[in-house]
Amino acid sequence: MKILVAVKRVVDPNVRVRVRPDGQGVELTNVKMAMNPFDEIAVEEALRLKEAGKAEEVVLVSIGPAQANETLRNGLAMGADRGIHVQTDARVEPLAVAKLLKAIAVEEAADLMFLGKQAIDDDANQTGQMLAALLGWAQGTFASRVELGEGRVSVTREVDGGLQTVSLKLPAVITTDLRLNEPRYASLPNIMKAKKKPIDVRTVESLGVDISPRHTVLSVTEPPARKAGTLVASVDELLDRLRNEAGVL
Amino acid sequence: MATLLIAEHDNTNLNELTARALTAARAMQSPVTLLVAGSNCQAVAEQAAGLGGIERVLVADAPHLAQQAAEPMGALIAELAQDFQAVLAVASSTGKSVLPRAAALLDVMQVSEVTKIVSPDTFVRPIYAGNAIETIQSSDPIKVITIRSSAFEPAGQGDASAPIVAVPTPKTRHCRPLNARNWRRRTGPIWDRRASSFPGGGHSARRKHSTSSSNPSPPNSVPLSAHPAPPSTSGYAGNELQVGQTGKVVAPDLYIACGISGAIQHLAGMKDSRYIVAINKDADAPIFHVADYGLVGDLFEILPELESKL
Ligand SMILES: Cc1cc2nc3c(=O)[nH]c(=O)nc-3n(C[C@H](O)[C@H](O)[C@H](O)COP(=O)(O)OP(=O)(O)OC[C@H]3O[C@@H](n4cnc5c(N)ncnc54)[C@H](O)[C@@H]3O)c2cc1C
Ligand SMILES: Nc1ncnc2c1ncn2[C@@H]1O[C@H](COP(=O)(O)O)[C@@H](O)[C@H]1O
Repeated sequence: MKILVAVKRVVDPNVRVRVRPDGQGVELTNVKMAMNPFDEIAVEEALRLKEAGKAEEVVLVSIGPAQANETLRNGLAMGADRGIHVQTDARVEPLAVAKLLKAIAVEEAADLMFLGKQAIDDDANQTGQMLAALLGWAQGTFASRVELGEGRVSVTREVDGGLQTVSLKLPAVITTDLRLNEPRYASLPNIMKAKKKPIDVRTVESLGVDISPRHTVLSVTEPPARKAGTLVASVDELLDRLRNEAGVL
Repeated sequence: MATLLIAEHDNTNLNELTARALTAARAMQSPVTLLVAGSNCQAVAEQAAGLGGIERVLVADAPHLAQQAAEPMGALIAELAQDFQAVLAVASSTGKSVLPRAAALLDVMQVSEVTKIVSPDTFVRPIYAGNAIETIQSSDPIKVITIRSSAFEPAGQGDASAPIVAVPTPKTRHCRPLNARNWRRRTGPIWDRRASSFPGGGHSARRKHSTSSSNPSPPNSVPLSAHPAPPSTSGYAGNELQVGQTGKVVAPDLYIACGISGAIQHLAGMKDSRYIVAINKDADAPIFHVADYGLVGDLFEILPELESKL
């Protein structure tokens, strides 16, 4: 069993992003970056399967600029075996990411792919589903529990109104939700070890994928600000204002 | 060329969110066809036919569509979509699972969680947990779009019923068969996105409620339901009640944030509410920056008082 995990380098979730003055994007210079939190969960889940003796190899894939190397190193320090870096400075949309990941999944003959359910920069929530469609594989999105069996994987999904458990025939694509697990921190010895693990750097061309964007970003703006509110002194004042000022009670 | 709107339903009832997505579909400036795909879903088709401003209702009724699983649904929609200029669905857990799959089969990008349709090829959507709003133009021949329903008012009923047309439901070739799909509904506080008022309770509310019986627990009539992530697996409320960047997006008339710090990921899910009330013992909590009315204090004292006076 070989597991591939897609990891994206994104703005750290604790950073408050600001729209650039030119309105063409958000400020990314000197901003702290990190592995997409859902992808950390994906790496963790793959590692647990390996540690349970259910998988032999965990391979990370990241598509992005030179610095995506750091993201891969972080995942290798968590315990993954090796990395594949599709290096490009271009803006790569989810559809193109899915096509690149498909090419790699085929090359690697992967049995299972983990992706995050959503990248916290574009909030697109579509790459995993697209990858599954392109490969013709079953998909288990928004996973909060994964159980690997013989030739099948059972995935409990967080859906509107409850949980749904599906049994997927392998190979399959799984996208992770927040409750799946708590990702580990990399220990210092593992960070040292990770420096020696192999990362294969690839070009988009070598994978034969057209990544030209389909979307043109016309503008990026600040969301409308809420006007400053008032502090009330008591429950009575709160109820009075909700009834007589806001008129919502 | 027409717009195809995927109905949100449970095989028995048409979900009200469909009417909201219909408002978006009508902004695409072409006739709207509704697709009801499921199993034994004729009743839904009849409800759907009553919606205003739709040209017809397509029904794909087959046992293998009972759960609206992404694999057969994606294949079905991709096939039907050839005749349309756009395909829309609610950004529900079903829409989010199904539509990207159809988009990939059509070799187009999806436009996710659209909050405004500027023109048939130009859309507004939030990025970075709603900290930035992007306007994008799509060059794809078929636009595939999920709709953030809280951003659109529901369309009304029509004067006459639209015709209902059955469509074939080919078994999908794109995926391997699935089995043992089972479904478990959570018990506990129930709400939906239509609710006009909405109490949100954070970690603190949950912790106190679940760890100590000597502490006053939140009154039952104020369900502390919209708990933020990341919760433990022991979970006080289900994931379906999580509001935020990665949970649900709600925009009620009144949102009461009880013991919620105001993390950006949480704000992403509720900051478009008409009125926000924050109750928090920390006067510096960021939630007060977005609240219309803030009350500093212990929620375990304030909530019982609030309830007794309502
Ligand atoms: C990738 C990612 C996605 C996420 N998605 C979401 C999401 O969709 N939705 C979401 O909500 N979060 C999400 N989060 C988590 C988010 O970042 C915050 O951690 C979370 O919202 C904090 O929850 P909280 O305010 O309840 O807890 P805390 O930050 O612990 O704050 C508790 C607050 O309660 C107050 N308090 C405590 N006791 C009392 C009392 N007795 N009376 C009054 N006030 C009290 C405290 O002063 C404090 O302000 C996400 C995080 C990540 C990394
Ligand atoms: N550039 C990328 N490199 C590696 N993985 C990616 C990339 N973009 C998206 N992904 C994967 O796809 C998931 C969903 O992303 P998105 O569809 O953009 O919200 C992420 O959590 C990653 O697992």
